[in-house]
Amino acid sequence: MATSTKSDPKNMDLTLRIWRQDGPSDRGHLQTYEVSDISPDMSFLEMLDVLNEQLNAKGEEPIAFDSDCREGICGMCGLMISGHAHGPEKTTTCQLHMRSFKDGDTITVEPWRADAFPIIKDLVVDRSSFDRIIQAGGFISVNTGSAPEANAAPVPKQKADRAFQSAECIGCGACVAACPNASAMLFMGAKVTHLGELPQGQPERWARVVSMVSQHDHEGFGGCTNTGACSVACPKGIPQDVISTLNKDLRTAMRQGG
Amino acid sequence: MATTTLSAPTARKTTIALKLLMAVTGAFFVLYVLLHMYGNLKVLAGQEAFDTYAHHLRTFGEPMLPYGGLLWIFRILLLGSLIGHAYAAFTLWSRAGSARKTKYAVLKTAASAQWMRWGGVAILLFVVWHLIHFTIVKPVINVDGPDAAAIKASPYTMVVASFQLWWMVLIYLLALAALGLHLAHGVFSAQQTLGFTQTPKARARAKGIGNLTAALVVVGFAIPPLSILFGLVK
Repeated sequence: MATSTKSDPKNMDLTLRIWRQDGPSDRGHLQTYEVSDISPDMSFLEMLDVLNEQLNAKGEEPIAFDSDCREGICGMCGLMISGHAHGPEKTTTCQLHMRSFKDGDTITVEPWRADAFPIIKDLVVDRSSFDRIIQAGGFISVNTGSAPEANAAPVPKQKADRAFQSAECIGCGACVAACPNASAMLFMGAKVTHLGELPQGQPERWARVVSMVSQHDHEGFGGCTNTGACSVACPKGIPQDVISTLNKDLRTAMRQGG
Repeated sequence: MATTTLSAPTARKTTIALKLLMAVTGAFFVLYVLLHMYGNLKVLAGQEAFDTYAHHLRTFGEPMLPYGGLLWIFRILLLGSLIGHAYAAFTLWSRAGSARKTKYAVLKTAASAQWMRWGGVAILLFVVWHLIHFTIVKPVINVDGPDAAAIKASPYTMVVASFQLWWMVLIYLLALAALGLHLAHGVFSAQQTLGFTQTPKARARAKGIGNLTAALVVVGFAIPPLSILFGLVK
C-alpha cells in the first residue's frame, strides 16, 4: 500500500476482507485483499470489478457476487458491508459509492447470512426461498383477456399510496440479512400490504397470508421480534408497519378458521 | 427444497401465531403488574391500610368465592400465561438460532431482541426468588428485625423488614431495570404483533405507550422499597 501512487489525491487505498467460499459445502473464510487508487465516484461493485480484474491478471479465481441492473431497482445485488446490509447508506450495494468510505479503511464484505439463503459461491446466495414464498400466495388470480377499464375499480388515494410504497420492495433480502432472527417478515409484509390494500387483492387475502407465512416458516426463516433492523436496512425504506398489517391479516385469517 | 408440498397450511401453526400468544399473555402480565403496583403503593398509607388490603385480596368476592378464591384465579391465569409466554419465547429463540447458524464476522445492528430474551430469563429467575421471598417461604432475612411469627402475621412487617436491607433493595431495583427494559420493547412489540400499528403515527404512539408503561412501572415499584430504605416508611 505504501507504494501506491494515486492518479488523483481524492482516490483511496483500501483493505478488503472478503468472504471466499468455493461452493455450498466449503467451509469458507475471510480473505484479505488490497486495492489502490479507487475513485470516490466508483460504485461499490465497480470497486469489486477492479479487484476482480487484478485477480484475473494474476490468474486467481475472481470473487463471485450478484449484480444485474446496477441502477438500484432489480434487487439482485446485496452484500453485508462492514456489518451493514448494503453498506452504510440507505441504498442498494450497486448504488453505494466509494465516497462513503475513507482512504485507508478496512472493509469487511460478507454474503447475506441466513440458512434459508444458502451460499452458492463466495458472496452469491440462493434466494429462491423468496420465490417460493411468492408462489405460495403473493399473487392475484385474474382472467386473461383485454385489460379492464381503468376506472372500474376505484382505489382510495391513501390505500393506493400505501400499496405503491409496499410494491417498491425489490426482494433483495436485506431485511433478512439485517434481522437478528433472519426473518423475512418485512418482505412478506410488503407483499401482503401491497395486495391487501387493493380491491384486486381482496378475494385471496386471507388464504394468501396463511400460505405465505407457512411457506416462510417452512423455509427456515426466523420469527419477528419487532426490532426494526429490517426497515433500517431496506434500500426502499419499507416501513415496519407493513409487518403489523401482515400480523393483523394473519389474525383475521385465524379468526375465520384459516 | 425445490418442490415443497405443504399439508394444508394453518394460521395456528405459524411463528406469527406464537407471537400472538406472547402478545396476549404479555398483555395479561402488564395488567397484573399494574394491579400489583397499586397494591404495593398502599404501603405508604401505613400498616393498617396495607395489611387490610392484603386481607381483602383474600376475602374478595366472598361468599361467592371461597377464601383466597380471586387470588387463586389470578395465580392459575398467571401460571398459564407464564407457560404460554415462555413456550413461545423459547420456541422462537431456538428458531432464530437455527435460521442463522453461521454468524456474521462484523455486525452493526440493534441487539434489543437479545436483551428481551436474556432479560426475560432474568425476570423469570427473579419471579422464582420473589415468590419464595414473599409468598411461599417468607424467610427471616433481616436478622435484626422481627421474628418469623411477626412476619407471617403482618405483610407490612415482612415488607418493611426486608427493604431495610440495602442489598435487598438493590436486588429488587436490578429486577425492576430488567422489567423496565422488557416492557419498553415488549409493550410496543405486542401492539405491533396484534396489528395496532399500521401507520407511522400509530407506531410512534405504540412506542410511546411502551416507554410510558415501563417508566410508570419502574417508578411505581421503586417508591415503596426506597421509602422504606430511607426511613420514610417504618
